[in-house]
Amino acid sequence: MTDEMMDDEEGGGGEVKTFLYVNRKAPYGTIYALESLEVVLIGAAFEQDVSMLFVDDGVYQIKKGQDTTGVEMKNFSPTYRALEMYDVEKLYVDRESLEARGLTEDDLIVPVEILDTEQVQDLMESQDVVLSF
Amino acid sequence: MKFSIQVNEGPYTHQASDTAYQFTKAALEKGHEIFRVFFYHDGVNNGTRLTTPPQDDRNIVQRWSQLGEQYDLDLVVCVAAAQRRGIADADEAKRNGKDTDNIAPGFRISGLGQLIEAGIQAERLMVFGD
Amino acid sequence: MLHTVNKTPFERNTLDTCLRLAKEGSVLLLIEDGVYGAMQGTSAEGKMKQALHDHAIYVLGPDLKARGLDEGKIIDGIQVIDYGGFVDLAAGNGAVQAWL
Repeated sequence: MTDEMMDDEEGGGGEVKTFLYVNRKAPYGTIYALESLEVVLIGAAFEQDVSMLFVDDGVYQIKKGQDTTGVEMKNFSPTYRALEMYDVEKLYVDRESLEARGLTEDDLIVPVEILDTEQVQDLMESQDVVLSF
Repeated sequence: MKFSIQVNEGPYTHQASDTAYQFTKAALEKGHEIFRVFFYHDGVNNGTRLTTPPQDDRNIVQRWSQLGEQYDLDLVVCVAAAQRRGIADADEAKRNGKDTDNIAPGFRISGLGQLIEAGIQAERLMVFGD
Repeated sequence: MLHTVNKTPFERNTLDTCLRLAKEGSVLLLIEDGVYGAMQGTSAEGKMKQALHDHAIYVLGPDLKARGLDEGKIIDGIQVIDYGGFVDLAAGNGAVQAWL
């Protein structure tokens, strides 16, 4: 995290909106996972009602055991564990995406709430702002 | 209605910047307000003045600069993403020891907080990406 | 909610995921390469027709034309709009979710 990322004034005039960050891409193959996480961390300072949703390949972002030494890229998976410190605690995973990839909750690096399709539908429908990456 | 626009991809490689531009233009022509256009990920590459696209095709960077001027838009390039990809204004260039800057007219560089603020202040956030 | 899909149903699973996770009554708009999903005669036609039971579905005309797709051959029930129509949909349906 650079100084530049922290140099914005906080707050949004007292208004609280529901923000949903939709993560659908695997880590490392593209930058979207890392840069969307950076938005979440900066966004935490604005004290909005934040949820993160992991769907499709997004579930791979929070898989345990990432070791990037061989590819010489930064391993940013520990950052998901820091989300709690930023008061970002609503992490949701789409059950069908997890199961399609042969993963279970035990494979994940952070505690999450696993949602069925209908629950994901309702979660999305209830948001004021949806950020996709 | 007050819109904010997020552009996730650079010029030409993906249609995202084109669609974002057409949407933004249509919204303005209908009398809507654009609170901010925020360029993230490779979208920061929409903000370099060094492109020389073929003459017989649209000039994406210039088009944004012109729309920005016409409607006094706030075109913001994310500083963190810009640093990764080599888009800099004079201050950034100086601060990071670069021998030149390349930001296009009408764009400014600022932090990710501007994107969050754009989501809070507008009634709709539109995201254009790949 | 307005959902936008910008890739063909053959390249990515974006359309499939969107159709699964878009709540009944929400609106769908196909843009950019997503417009191919609006055409009759593809392997995606069945699921699009099914989706029409639960969603109003629109397709962006300029993107159809750019790709040489005949408006007369889009799936019955899908409506063609322009960028102005896109703005209207975005203004009139609550939050917008871009499926990327």
